[in-house]
Amino acid sequence: MKISYYPGCTLKTKAKNLERSALACFDVLGIDYEELPRWNCCGAVYSLADDDLLHIIAPVRDLIRVKERGHDTVMTLCSMCYNTLARANELMKNDEKKRYTINTFMDEEPDYAGEVKVVHFLDYLRDVIGWDKLREQIKVPLNDLKVAPYYGCTLLRPREVALDHPDNPTIMQTFLETLGTTVVNFPSATVCCGSYQVLGNPDAALKVSHGILNDAVKHGAEALALACPLCDYNLGFRQDAILNNFPDAREIPVYYFTQLLAVALGTDPAVSHFELNRAGSVQLLKSKKFISGTAS
Amino acid sequence: MPLEIIKFSSDEKYKKKVMEISGQNFHKCYQCGTCSGSCPMAEHLTILPRRVMALLQLGVKEELDKSNTPWTCASCHTCMVRCPRGIDIAKVMEALRLIRLRQNINQIEPSNLTKKEIVGLPQIAMVSGFRKLTS
Repeated sequence: MKISYYPGCTLKTKAKNLERSALACFDVLGIDYEELPRWNCCGAVYSLADDDLLHIIAPVRDLIRVKERGHDTVMTLCSMCYNTLARANELMKNDEKKRYTINTFMDEEPDYAGEVKVVHFLDYLRDVIGWDKLREQIKVPLNDLKVAPYYGCTLLRPREVALDHPDNPTIMQTFLETLGTTVVNFPSATVCCGSYQVLGNPDAALKVSHGILNDAVKHGAEALALACPLCDYNLGFRQDAILNNFPDAREIPVYYFTQLLAVALGTDPAVSHFELNRAGSVQLLKSKKFISGTAS
Repeated sequence: MPLEIIKFSSDEKYKKKVMEISGQNFHKCYQCGTCSGSCPMAEHLTILPRRVMALLQLGVKEELDKSNTPWTCASCHTCMVRCPRGIDIAKVMEALRLIRLRQNINQIEPSNLTKKEIVGLPQIAMVSGFRKLTS
């Protein structure tokens, strides 16, 4: 059955490498999807105030669009979109009073009561495709690539929308094992990268990000896999600042989990847009002979 | 060390407001410190989350107003999933932020961002940062 795909604000530009690599994987895996028409920004962060329903409107509108298409599932790739849409959905499902207020406020829209299922590509791989089926599709096993699985916050917290155990998750490890990589477990896998504090307290965010990368390197990782464009910015893009500020910092490639999947599924490396990753990222994959030397 | 006894009155109105916005009863906190021990931003906070809970219980608004804690919190929810008393501390931090933001006081000024920053920052950083730190 066809499902809706929700891209979110960053995936068409700065995180094109996340979207394009994922869509290539959808095609290989035979996922029948349609990009949600008229999607709007989810707001990136879920409103945490009990008296603020206005910020729930945006994600609920997206969920109504999905229901209108007659789809029962909406697929997300960005962790923050997943979290915001899934939490708004839980609220509409479980809070009768707030559901009534929101539905009444949006009188131009059909009523919504949480009928749609919000999924992230990672739990879709686990629960719908299945690891065994995925393993059968692997054309280029990423053998000997030592990857640290980095979850960040919004895939695991709060519990009501967690893809896995908030403190002891395994979904990303199992995913990476299925691709053939050597998984490097490290204690900072679920530690926050600093998130939006890159705006409010950039130095504090930089130090937290450095701690995470350093931890991965110390445990023997040669790369980091993640799912969120904000984590990628803090841990990937800002690595130059980290290397300049912390003498013990070491450079480490950071990939979206979908890019590693796209390579393992044997897709053209061009779909993964490695030019948006750190320069060393594509070099590492070339040196391991996972992709050919001509790919940028 | 001699203890000084001071005259002190709890700001009940402030406490009520925090409770209403957050929907959380911070009186449930028994000061175990799990939140502070779990906070990734702890070293950058002027008041650790455990103490924020204690100050709220006592209604010490002035101390909380001076603190950078709600503005350094990244809403990562680690404290929340680990709190043995089931307090959603992330929601309490949001309430402390909103009480100030709703007076039209911005924590960061979007217009002060340089062109370089705007070009470099992903949309997700700006949307979430503005949502949390501006009115």
